[in-house]
Formats: sequence, structure tokens, C-alpha cells
Amino acid sequence: MTLFLLKRIAIGLVTLLVASMIVFSVMEILPGDPARLMLGMNATPEALDALREQMGLNAPVVERYISWAGGMLTGDFGRSFTYRAPVIDLIAERAVVSVPLALIALTLSTAIAIPVGIFAAARRGKLGDTVSMGTAQIGVAIPNFWFALLLIYVFAVWLRLVPAGGFPGWSGGVWPGLKALILPSIALALPQAAILARVTRSAMLEVLGEDYIRTARAKGMPRRKVLWRHALRNAMIPVLTILGLQFAFLLAGTIIIENVFYIPGLGRLVFQAITQRDLIVVEGVIMLLVASVILVNILVDVAYALVDPRLRARS
Amino acid sequence: MSTEPTSPPVEGAAHFVRAAFSNVSFVTGFATTVLIAAMALVSFMWTPYDITLISIADKQLTPSVQHLFGTDHFGRDILSMIMVGARNSIAVAFVAVGIGIGVGVPLGCWAAARGGWIDEVLMRFNDLVFAFPALLSAIMITAIFGPGAVNAIIAIGIFNVPVFARVARAGAMALWPREYILAARASGKSATLITIEHILPNIASILLVQATIQFALGILAEAGLSYLGLGAQPPMTSWGRMLFDAQTRMMGAPHLAIFPGLAIVVTVLGLNLLGDGLRDVLDPRLRRAR
Repeated sequence: MTLFLLKRIAIGLVTLLVASMIVFSVMEILPGDPARLMLGMNATPEALDALREQMGLNAPVVERYISWAGGMLTGDFGRSFTYRAPVIDLIAERAVVSVPLALIALTLSTAIAIPVGIFAAARRGKLGDTVSMGTAQIGVAIPNFWFALLLIYVFAVWLRLVPAGGFPGWSGGVWPGLKALILPSIALALPQAAILARVTRSAMLEVLGEDYIRTARAKGMPRRKVLWRHALRNAMIPVLTILGLQFAFLLAGTIIIENVFYIPGLGRLVFQAITQRDLIVVEGVIMLLVASVILVNILVDVAYALVDPRLRARS
Repeated sequence: MSTEPTSPPVEGAAHFVRAAFSNVSFVTGFATTVLIAAMALVSFMWTPYDITLISIADKQLTPSVQHLFGTDHFGRDILSMIMVGARNSIAVAFVAVGIGIGVGVPLGCWAAARGGWIDEVLMRFNDLVFAFPALLSAIMITAIFGPGAVNAIIAIGIFNVPVFARVARAGAMALWPREYILAARASGKSATLITIEHILPNIASILLVQATIQFALGILAEAGLSYLGLGAQPPMTSWGRMLFDAQTRMMGAPHLAIFPGLAIVVTVLGLNLLGDGLRDVLDPRLRRAR
């Protein structure tokens, strides 16, 4: 298990290293000179050159890469020129909005999808199965941002139950903040829940056909107990895989959803930074997102081993 | 060595058609997809109204007999715009799937045929691409090369490559140890020839199923990019672009957002049903399970 974990972490670190090189190179070929963007079109060549020197832009590419990547390891993500603040501060400020949003969405999606998937599998071919899977099929086809627009129209414009957008911050208490995140997290969660429910159902069906399930039923174990104790545990592997993948989708989904609701989170930060060519911010946020996707994938692998003792023994 | 080794008999076309058209998912999905495609084709010759004509007097009309889906902020007929927008959404998704198959399938087959370090490198590269949230990278790509339909195609297409590479590799890997492949190798055929003659025909069905899924995802991705203002640019229109325009006006005129969104949902739903149906019909293992 330890060896397996070490190997996964090593692969993850290499992936992260290569990803950082790719992100850095992409930003290198992007048109636009940060010094000129900061000083404007009327800057004198001397002033531009002085600023480039000060920002370290005149150094060779490899040297700049090392100082950028090395800086990130010590928590120094550089300085944004549009916000005139350290990137790490911007990220920290936005993460307190985006991380709760993604977590609420993930919890919501899991809490809906897994019971629905089990329910459908247990009633395979009956009305309950058809209705829930039909709904899931539609849910998969709904673009989350369109769903968000509909939610805004119904719950914010029409019923006036929640704000239509914006975020008041956490300083005014937890409730106003949470209230602003309700619609965005539902919009993020439902399409994901639809996918997860379908996966849960098919994983359960696969397991329910196994001999040990028949044995458990034959020895007189109640149906419900068989479902929750024997079947669910064995069906968890594909479900966990999709959960891990969904985390990446959720992170990317926040870019669109935060834009729909005008929520000042990481997604909106990176989107605005791209349009303003504030590359150092883009690089920082992307690396953070990639790192978290890699980390989640490692956690999923660990979770496999936890639910399946066979995998534990093999490694 | 006189007998040419052949692939196992592929199921007859007549059998396939009979099985497909008795599958509810397939029939519903196929009908919807044909309908949407026909709508896009008809728009080249005829639309209820000319969408290049601006008529401010008719702006943001609610649905009526004259304008079934109402009109937008320039007084253009929304039904006509959805018909024209279908072209762009379909074209982007279609070419993006083409890029994925064109690059991904050869890579996947190559990895399966060679194995060893080539396989390892290609698959690690695949993992790397998967570590980037696709939408985020698509936004980056359109930011680098500028917004527009062509760049949206490239951005979505790039992320189809590892998907098809993975599916093709997995399918090919399962076939290589088979006896008829072994026989072909013994008769001296090259790996390329074996891949073309025996591997590709046998993985075509799983690739077809994956293509329908990626096509649906492509429609959603194009809509997302255009909604952020990074896809189709005016005067070109697409369903995502229509939602982008509707966003600030929907408080007064919700129909601006409802109909383009419904067009996306119906299309994606149809493609997914088609994919599900195809999988049921083409995969005998699953057919037995049902």
C-alpha cells in the first residue's frame, strides 16, 4: 500500500512538473508584453526597459521558468499587474468563495445521485426506474449555465427568494453568504448528479447479477440489507472514478457558473485575467486547479484501496 | 498458408437494422437527430424570416402565430435564428469529433500495436491532457488565438484526441492476442496492415458509440464557449451565442433564453439516446444483460 501510494505520488509530481512547463510555454507564446500593458502605449522605451528589467522579463526563458516554478513551491505566485496585489492573496481571497461552492455542489450531487441510482437499480425495468433514468437522461443534456439562467428567473426574479447574483462575503455572517451560493451550487450539481445517478445504477446492476448477491438473498438476508451492505460497496469503484472526474468538471464549471451569477470566485478571476492578459494570475490559478485535479485522482486511488481489500492486498 | 485469415463474421446489415429499429432509445434518438440535421439543412434554403433583417419595431415580441418562438432584441425571428444556429453548433461539434478520430484513433492503434515505451509515453501524455479541466483549456486556447468558431473547433477537438486514443487503444489491445490476429501475423502481414484490415473494422462500433457521445459533448462545449463570448462571433449565430445575448435581457423577455436552450437540450438528448441505443444494439454483452 505504501509503495503503491509513493508510486502514485511520484507520477502525480511528474505530471504536475510537465503541466507547469506546458502552462509556462503557452503563456510565453501569448502575444502581449506585460510591461507595455502596465505602462500603456505612450511609455518611453527607457521606462519599458527599466520595468522589464525590474520584473525580470529580460532574463533567459529557462531562468524565468525556474524562478516562477520555484516561487510557487514557496507560495510566491508572483504579482498581478491589473490588481496590483500578490497573486497568492487574490487566490486566497477567491478560494473562500469557490471552494465552498464546489464542495456544496459535490455534496449535493452525491447526496441526490447515489440514492437515486440505487433506487433505479433495485426497481430495474419498473416505473420508478424508467422515470428516474428518463429524468437523468434529460439532466445530462441540460447545459449548466442555461439551467442557471432558468433558476435565476424562477427563484430570484419571479419568486424573489434568493439574490439573482453577486456575493456579499462571509463577513456579514454565514447565512447571507450561503444564500448567495444556493442557486449556483444547484446549477452546478444537477447535471453532474444526472451523470452520477446513471453510473451508480449501471454499476449496481452489474453487481446485482453476481452469484454472491444471489447467495445472500438465498440465505434469507433482507433485500434492503443486501443492497446496502453487499451491492453498494462493490459498486463503489466506478462511482468513485466518476466522482474524481466530476471534481475536475466542477472546477471548470465554476468558470461559467460564477460568470452567470457574478460571483467573485476563482473561475471569474481566471476568466477576467485571461481577457485582461494578466498572465501571471492565469498561470497561478491554472496550476492550482491542475494540482488539485491530480491530488483528487490520487485520493480516488487511495479510496479504491479502502473500499476494495483485494486492491490493497495486490499492491 | 493458402487460406487467408479473416476477421470473425461481422453481423449482417439487415440484422443490425432490425435490432436497431426495435430499440426505443435508438429510434427516439435517431428521429431527433435526423430532425435537427434536417432543420439545419433546410435553413440553407429557407427560414421563416430573414435573420439578417433588423426590425426594431418588432423587438422582443413574445411567441405568437407569426413568430412561433418570438423575436430577439433586434426584432429577428428566434425560430429562424435557431435553425441557422443549428448549422454552427453541428459544424463545430462535427469537425471537433473528426479531429478527435483523425488523430486519436491512429495514436491509440499505434500504442496498442507497438506496446512498450511508445504505449507508455502516449498514455502518460493522455493522463496529462486529462489533468487540465477541458473547459479551462478551451478558454485558454480561444484566448490565445482569439475568439471565433474555428478556434472553438480546435479547442474542443484537442480534447477529443485523448478520448478516442484511449478507446481505440483499449479496443485494439483486447483484439491483438486473438487467434485470427495471430494467424495474420504468422502469414507475414505488417502491423499497419493488420490494424487496417482486422483491428479497425472490429473497433468501429465502439468508436461510433464514443463519437455520438463526444458529438453531444461538443454541442454542449460549443454552447458554453459561445455563451462566454469566445465562440461564434456576430454576424454568425449559434445557440450559445443566442444565450449570451439573452442573458442581460431575460428579466423582461425570458423566451429569449428558453428556446435556444431547449434546442441544445433536445439535440444533446437525441444524440445521447442514439448513442445509448447504438451501444445496446452493437454490444452483445450488454444486450444479454438487459
